[in-house]
Amino acid sequence: MMAKTLYDKLWDAHVVREEKNGTCLLYIDRHLLHEVTSPQAFEGLRLAGRKPWRQTANLATPDHNVPTTSRDMSAAGPISRTQVETLDNNCAEFGITEFKLEDIRQGIVHVIGPEQGATLPGMTVVCGDSHTSTHGAFAALAHGIGTSEIEHVLATQCLIQKKSKTMQIIVDGPVSSGTTAKDIILAIIGKIGTAGGTGYAIEFAGQGITDLSMEGRMSLCNMTIEAGARAGFVAVDEKTLAYVKDRPYAPSGDLWEQAVENWRTLHSDKGAKFDKTITLDGTDIQPQVTWGTSPEMVVPVSGKIPELTEATSALQAESWQHALDYMGLQSGMPIQDIALDKVFIGSCTNSRIEDLRAAAEVLKGEKVAANIKLAMVVPGSGLVKRQAESEGLDQLFIAAGFEWRQPGCSMCLAMNPDRLEPGERCASTSNRNFEGRQGQGGRTHLVSPAMAAAAAITGHFVDVRELS
Amino acid sequence: MNKFESFTGLVCPLDRANVDTDAIIPKQFLKSTQRSGFGPNLFDEWRYLDHGEPGMDNHLRPTNPRFVLNDPRYEDADILLARENFGCGSSREHAPWALLDYGFKVLIAPSFADIFYNNCFKNGILPITLPTEQIDQLFELATNDAALELSINLTTQTIQQDEQTHWSFDIDLFRKHCLLEGLDDIDLTLQHVDDIKAYEKKRTQQAPWLFTQNH
Repeated sequence: MMAKTLYDKLWDAHVVREEKNGTCLLYIDRHLLHEVTSPQAFEGLRLAGRKPWRQTANLATPDHNVPTTSRDMSAAGPISRTQVETLDNNCAEFGITEFKLEDIRQGIVHVIGPEQGATLPGMTVVCGDSHTSTHGAFAALAHGIGTSEIEHVLATQCLIQKKSKTMQIIVDGPVSSGTTAKDIILAIIGKIGTAGGTGYAIEFAGQGITDLSMEGRMSLCNMTIEAGARAGFVAVDEKTLAYVKDRPYAPSGDLWEQAVENWRTLHSDKGAKFDKTITLDGTDIQPQVTWGTSPEMVVPVSGKIPELTEATSALQAESWQHALDYMGLQSGMPIQDIALDKVFIGSCTNSRIEDLRAAAEVLKGEKVAANIKLAMVVPGSGLVKRQAESEGLDQLFIAAGFEWRQPGCSMCLAMNPDRLEPGERCASTSNRNFEGRQGQGGRTHLVSPAMAAAAAITGHFVDVRELS
Repeated sequence: MNKFESFTGLVCPLDRANVDTDAIIPKQFLKSTQRSGFGPNLFDEWRYLDHGEPGMDNHLRPTNPRFVLNDPRYEDADILLARENFGCGSSREHAPWALLDYGFKVLIAPSFADIFYNNCFKNGILPITLPTEQIDQLFELATNDAALELSINLTTQTIQQDEQTHWSFDIDLFRKHCLLEGLDDIDLTLQHVDDIKAYEKKRTQQAPWLFTQNH
């Protein structure tokens, strides 16, 4: 039998039917929903008189719009409140389980899926959010979809799809201590560019990847979309199984044994062919900092902002200049000279318990620098928040001068009141440094949680490995 | 969805690579629960000089004269010419909704981001990819003083400026068929209800843990 890639296995197991031209109807096992991209899909169902195909395949929670200072939706304004209420009403009307705002299980949709065991190895997972690639950490085929496709999945439990090309990214390890999953994925994006993965499904492999915890693998797969690929994934190993076991939605007893037997096959076969393979030496990867307005504009913390002459084309030089103007920076400037106004630790990339522990470790006995106007931590879910509090991390953050908030997407995309003011510069553990992403005129630098914490106490970027 | 008809339209050149969906329609406008009405806020942060919020009277807002959509030459454009990786970032379908609501029916670029590309077809927008050299040529033509008009024919997969000047493009045949016929994906899929049920039956035996709610 021909050697299969992990992607082939995931794909083949979900094909409902295939047309002659290769267009497939692909079955969807898990559909996650939130308040921002779903209302028009539910409205479409209602207008057509349709019902969800399989209610229990769906799980919803409000996250994008919600305030983080309290659980009172009126704090986020009347339009946001309407959107959250619309989700509540739609879930009630169509019989879909929702973790509402006051539920301790509420949180960022890509944090709660794995946390609940609602994301399982071998599943197809979709959500109206591009960071659905996160769930690929569990050897699931997971990607973001638009609102028309949300309606399609609700109505048919399927998507019309064509198979992607396959790319394998090998990170030889071990990576140095102080280098995190966030640094690995930023280095990958720096190497292949934000369109490098367009049209591909990416499998991550190598010791640099398998050494990562499940939280690390989620951070890695989360930003696959920033490399242009809708889906990224990692093969199943003992860490995957240990993470999933005993989660509320995970199978138990005989079903668990049966599932595990199947899940152990979720890896690329020896000799499987990829359309493209890229290898990075993990030992070379240092903590990363983005300097521009695209995640590919990234350098190691010890580096400098590139000179325009280093650009590979006139168009790239022009876009670098545009980014520098927006960011208020000059080419050739050392990254460590960049002073900051705000620090944000949170988002579907970096708001899990391991992320908070890593940041707290750096902050022990330290204070936020005088030039930092606001430093905030937004846990990824109510359960992450409770876990962190039981470990005393909240007190550590507060003692250092951070604000300890309620779960939500918060300043990653600034749909709620958490945002940058024009010109403000932020060290952020989120995933996009686009113009205006964290607030109109705001300037975002993407970093790992440990690097964000280090920047908070020094007031500028610094190599977290060099802090005593 | 309306059928995609051949037409002749005006080209607006947006000369920037990696235009993301946050730029196409900023987050504050995603709070709407409707599919329409996003056009006045398309490229809001580039198009206006003040900060836009839902509910503002956009006619009263100061516009940025340096932004291409505000150039009188490109008023009423229905074809957007763009650079590589157009539509990257967030999966928000509000981006194609905003482009369509503004009046863009065709987008031409060297490459598009995957999710955005897919979302366009669900809304009757035709995204055309052309090689970079041809895109450069079109930018040159579109930024001349005289406005560039192009005829778009999906049936023949051609773009025509005049008798002598034309380009052809590739497109997935299934997607082409759906656009030309204005087909609804859900209706198409529901023609295969028996296949979906048969798959579920088989899958329930192979992977029963996927069909039990264990919580």
